[in-house]
Amino acid sequence: MKRNKDIWVFGDYRNYFQNRVTLQILARAVDLSTQTGGTVCAVVLGHRVDTYVAEYIAHGAQKVYVIDDPTLRSYSIERYSWLMSWLVTRYQPETLLVGATRFGQEIAPRVAKKLKTGLTADCIDLEINTKGLLVQTAPSFGGNLIAKIITPVKRPQMATVRPGTFPELPHDDAANGQVMVLPLPGDLPEDRIRLVTSEHRPSKKQKIEDADIVICGGRGMGSKGKFKKLFDLAALMNAEVGATRPVVYSEWVSHDALVGQAGKNIKPKILLSFGISGAIQHTAALSDAHFIVAVNKNPNATMMKMADVAIVADANQVCLGIIKAIKEKARD
Amino acid sequence: MVSELPWDSRTGTLKRDLAQGMMDPASRRALEAALQIKETQPAYICAITMGPAMAREILHQAMALGADEGVLLSDRRMAGADTFLTSHILARFIQKECQGEYLVMCGTQTSDSETAQVGPQLSEELNIPAITYAGHVEIKDRVVEVHRHVDEFFEILNMDLPGLVTIDLSAYKPRYLALEGVEKAFENPDIRHIDARQLGLDADFNALKDSPTRIMDVYSPTAQKENRVLKGAVKKVVDQLFDDYGKVISSAMGKDLKTHEHDEA
Ligand SMILES: Cc1cc2nc3c(=O)[nH]c(=O)nc-3n(C[C@H](O)[C@H](O)[C@H](O)COP(=O)(O)OP(=O)(O)OC[C@H]3O[C@@H](n4cnc5c(N)ncnc54)[C@H](O)[C@@H]3O)c2cc1C
Ligand SMILES: Nc1ncnc2c1ncn2[C@@H]1O[C@H](COP(=O)(O)O)[C@@H](O)[C@H]1O
Repeated sequence: MKRNKDIWVFGDYRNYFQNRVTLQILARAVDLSTQTGGTVCAVVLGHRVDTYVAEYIAHGAQKVYVIDDPTLRSYSIERYSWLMSWLVTRYQPETLLVGATRFGQEIAPRVAKKLKTGLTADCIDLEINTKGLLVQTAPSFGGNLIAKIITPVKRPQMATVRPGTFPELPHDDAANGQVMVLPLPGDLPEDRIRLVTSEHRPSKKQKIEDADIVICGGRGMGSKGKFKKLFDLAALMNAEVGATRPVVYSEWVSHDALVGQAGKNIKPKILLSFGISGAIQHTAALSDAHFIVAVNKNPNATMMKMADVAIVADANQVCLGIIKAIKEKARD
Repeated sequence: MVSELPWDSRTGTLKRDLAQGMMDPASRRALEAALQIKETQPAYICAITMGPAMAREILHQAMALGADEGVLLSDRRMAGADTFLTSHILARFIQKECQGEYLVMCGTQTSDSETAQVGPQLSEELNIPAITYAGHVEIKDRVVEVHRHVDEFFEILNMDLPGLVTIDLSAYKPRYLALEGVEKAFENPDIRHIDARQLGLDADFNALKDSPTRIMDVYSPTAQKENRVLKGAVKKVVDQLFDDYGKVISSAMGKDLKTHEHDEA
């Protein structure tokens, strides 16, 4: 079979609703396919997976390959990676994208190895260059550097994508997609891993190190009372609150919240930084923050220079403004 | 500034050796798990690293901590290997040395590249089962039992030997290495050096040339930030923030927020 331009997305639905990375990648794949041509396809392995198939079509998949079998009920690395490489060998997509969930980060390298192709881990951007190649942007050296990587010869081009990197497309009930249901191949090897127990255990209260959104406050918040508003904002945003050293020393907040060289490293998707100057002892812990919004009266503060969005204003006022905006916009 | 980056623009590789000289925290944990297994049953621990000559220090450290042997896979022609070839080279050595019921223990992800790919790819090369993100590993009657917490699922998994596990970064806090242990280890010259020829790699093997991925560019993330500056009335800047970044914010929050498109619909 001749290689085509199709972009495949691995359908990772195990934590669907909480983890929407598959939908996010589908949205990007739709974007990329307008430049490269080819069809955006999702692959769904499992048992009784109709709802996910429908969901992926509603979110941009033009075609879905499905293998539905009772033996695929629980996620199995051996079976799933074998089936993925079997499907890719059969249909020859140009690109295969996988969400960087833990399972995604486990299955992708194995599929890449079986297919003898390259893989870029944990991408934070995907683009097409002038030669039509997929440019995979990924953090390296603990996020201190960003690398742009291509797979010049081997196919498919493979990448895992960090959750939250791309916005998903709105749900479209009217969208149409082709569904290709395939039987379980007879030569699927025996699973060498035996699942003894599996139990859904949502992770405990998130820690600041793991939080997707961190709100850091500094001396510029002005007082303990005003600093407290950051907790109201955090509750609305499912965020955790961090602080600089002067704040911790003044006992506006406990020492656990200290972010920096003497405190914690954080790696949020979004960091909101209020009234912080950006001393190196603090910013050293922020190199993995993906998107930074800083609020400071002083536009020349270091923190403002390293932000994606620098808001020149009073930190308290902006905090209250965001609280108000989210209350208005949140739909429950 | 660019000259400070551990990145060789001529060859297009990261100069990993600059970051080296210390055992990676992930591998420390894998070694700790191996040491704890050895405390409960007879075992022979071989610490393997592929890297430049100075990676030898890591092996001294491993032996000081309790490994029985240290092996350095090092050769000019192995430099610049991506995970695909790193796992290939490591597998070559393991295939030569290990038969029967062996267990390969890796860290989950290294701190410099953070790919978490070498372990899973090594298991493919060796054609042995692998369990990743292990929080607890035990060998009972030649069956490996692993506890792990992955994507909100707690699992207990079994496999037979030979097999491979990768140790989660939150498990197996590494033991402290007393200074005298380090000194003693450095007296021990017993580290094997294996080159590409000894591994039987093809005469024209060249990791840099043969890696399927190619790094085109490396840059510092702060240097290329767009840095949008918003000024003016608070209401105006907050509205602007949500108009332009509402989707990013709502996806990180895990909640839907009304955006302008929806309001008009
Ligand atoms: C060995 C050592 C270790 C350290 N470790 C840490 C560490 O782990 N973490 C840490 O955070 N610090 C650490 N520090 C301290 C660090 O050097 C800085 O002093 C500290 O980060 C500054 O905190 P800040 O930004 O809150 O305060 P400041 O530097 O005082 O900055 C306050 C900022 O708020 C702005 N501002 C003032 N009023 C307003 C307003 N109304 N609205 C908006 N903006 C306003 C100002 O323009 C200014 O930029 C360490 C220092 C040393 C020497
Ligand atoms: N050059 C190497 N030599 C030995 N082991 C390695 C090497 N690179 C990676 N590993 C192993 O693979 C794990 C994961 O590495 P990575 O895939 O680079 O994140 C590490 O913790 C090591 O156990």
